[in-house]
Amino acid sequence: MSQNTATVPDERLVKGNHDFASITKLISDIPQQKTPLWWYIAFGISNILLAVMLAMVVWLIWEGIGVWGLNQPVGWAWDITNFVWWVGIGHAGTLISAILFLFRQGWRTAINRFAEAMTIFAVMCAGLFPAIHVGRIWTIYWIFPLPNSMQLWPNFNSPLLWDVFAVFTYLTVSTLFWYVGLVPDLATMRDKVKGKISKMVYGAFALGWTGGNRQWQHYEKAYMILAGLATPLVLSVHTIVSFDFAVSIIPGWHTTIFPPYFVAGAIFSGFAMVLTLMIISRKLYGLEDIMTVDHIEKMNIIILVTGMMVGFAYAMEFFIAWYGGFEYEKFIFINRALGPYAWAYWTMITCNVVAPQFFWVKKFRRNIALTFALSIVINIGMWFERFVIVVSSLATDYLPSSWGYFSPTYVDVLTYVGTFGLFLTFFLLFMRFLPMVAIAEIKAVLPQANPAYYRSQNGHSSKSE
Amino acid sequence: MAQIFPEWVNSIPKRLQLATIIIITGIIFGFWYFGSPEYLEVGYAPNQPIPYSHKFHVAELGMDCQYCHGSAWKSAVAAIPSTETCMTCHEYVAVDSEALQPLHDSWETGMPIEWVRVHDVPDHAYFNHSIHVNVGIGCATCHGRVDRMEVVMKTESMSMGWCLDCHNNPAPHLRPVEEVTNMAWEPPQDHYQFAQMVIEKRNIDAPVYCNACHR
Repeated sequence: MSQNTATVPDERLVKGNHDFASITKLISDIPQQKTPLWWYIAFGISNILLAVMLAMVVWLIWEGIGVWGLNQPVGWAWDITNFVWWVGIGHAGTLISAILFLFRQGWRTAINRFAEAMTIFAVMCAGLFPAIHVGRIWTIYWIFPLPNSMQLWPNFNSPLLWDVFAVFTYLTVSTLFWYVGLVPDLATMRDKVKGKISKMVYGAFALGWTGGNRQWQHYEKAYMILAGLATPLVLSVHTIVSFDFAVSIIPGWHTTIFPPYFVAGAIFSGFAMVLTLMIISRKLYGLEDIMTVDHIEKMNIIILVTGMMVGFAYAMEFFIAWYGGFEYEKFIFINRALGPYAWAYWTMITCNVVAPQFFWVKKFRRNIALTFALSIVINIGMWFERFVIVVSSLATDYLPSSWGYFSPTYVDVLTYVGTFGLFLTFFLLFMRFLPMVAIAEIKAVLPQANPAYYRSQNGHSSKSE
Repeated sequence: MAQIFPEWVNSIPKRLQLATIIIITGIIFGFWYFGSPEYLEVGYAPNQPIPYSHKFHVAELGMDCQYCHGSAWKSAVAAIPSTETCMTCHEYVAVDSEALQPLHDSWETGMPIEWVRVHDVPDHAYFNHSIHVNVGIGCATCHGRVDRMEVVMKTESMSMGWCLDCHNNPAPHLRPVEEVTNMAWEPPQDHYQFAQMVIEKRNIDAPVYCNACHR
């Protein structure tokens, strides 16, 4: 070892004096404890919201798409805004689990399970909107290439079809990834729980996991392969979502910057959503030792980076609108900032570009209350970003004679609010019944997992001999 | 630790995979086959208020389709004949027939006979008889050998795919316009040359874009 170099030791990822046994106990006790009162209250509220959403969806299908506020010229409005917003939120999970896994970022282990669950439920919420926005949902199977007597075949030239496949693939791979990671922990739960039925249920999903050497070898390989498969998906899904707009010829949509801009925005909002949920649940379940302030700081740095990328994209759109010399494009961007939707545009700029600037300062990055507030602000901003893109471009396109202004109806609003019920219902069930943190993985980042640990303890342990 | 599950449980994942594949394939092809108009609608032959026999009127009496359904040449529909059309003959022929009682009732009261429609294209599909018969698509091409039917039966599926089969390649179904109502017409040896000639001469370009039928 060279004498003239020194290394700054990394902060320990798990705070407190935890060992393997205490980590297992900390996390696997959560589903076994008596369900706390706040959970019932939260679950009740979520169920009411879910019921509202279902009622609105049934009303939409029964009465027709006219119960929404969209009409000519704004044929896409809150439905597609909400779809893109929820899919975007769903991006954090796979980024944390797959990309950070491949980059060997040890800190991901504290939040990956959590973020992946969020991803799956967010994608479910997202999938609802394209499904119901078609109007005649009973013919939705036409989007699949199935044999039929009409000789109908999906239009493979259309990005809307690519979108269907992209989102389905993403949902499938994220779910698989989440489940494969869960298997060892489900086995832990199976071994811990007392009840016969809960033993059976956890046991069935644990697929006979015994923790043997060969099983771990297979597991590690499977996990690596899934991480490899999921990594391009992180980029592809929102790229294709952006194609829904970019491939069309509407001014303000027909832009080559859309794919990277959408992906950055998706990660931006996804991380914000993970933070919102994480800050609440680490407090409620006493997981501050695992989801530490260091984690929050690291996530805030990613938020700052992606937020700056989004801000750059906003600026670039204006630059290209001017530089491209296309008068409709120029008009639409000036109109975004100064026209009828200026209020939405400046909300977006404030929330997405101005708000993350706090995170340049270390003190703010480590401030939990501020992070929580900003994480919500950012998601409001990202919703407005999609709203601005979808609605303002459609409302004032080429033909001034057909310009319009979109106003939502109560069905629009309640359907959107109701998707939080869907999301939170699933999320609360997840927190109640499944280990919230990857128990097996978090142990690997404990100092005890280092083979040299006991030797370095200078006689504190006799096991090294 | 005691085992929770017996050993045979090990085979469940494999069986589940196999079963999923079989069930999904079964559902898709089940719907495709049993849900198709080909399966559900071909052979539909409802009883009519009067047991009118096309076989008798066409094959034995030699009546032409146009006598009753003449509007097919001029309009979108090949109309069901009115009571008056029937009465041009039946005022004198088979006057006392019991089977014809509803016809005479209709004649006296002025209320039309409620024939049951056999060939019904959905409202969202636009279909026009006149363009088809005037370029030489025979009645029998879509309605089958009506001259052999005691009771009119649907012989073709009339699904969208069936329409498109002909619209994509109309040549085999073209015939001389004067042969349109000829039930027994068979394409001659040189039909290919004839069809090419007709397609060129009449500029036949059967549309396959959505808006052609879904207006």
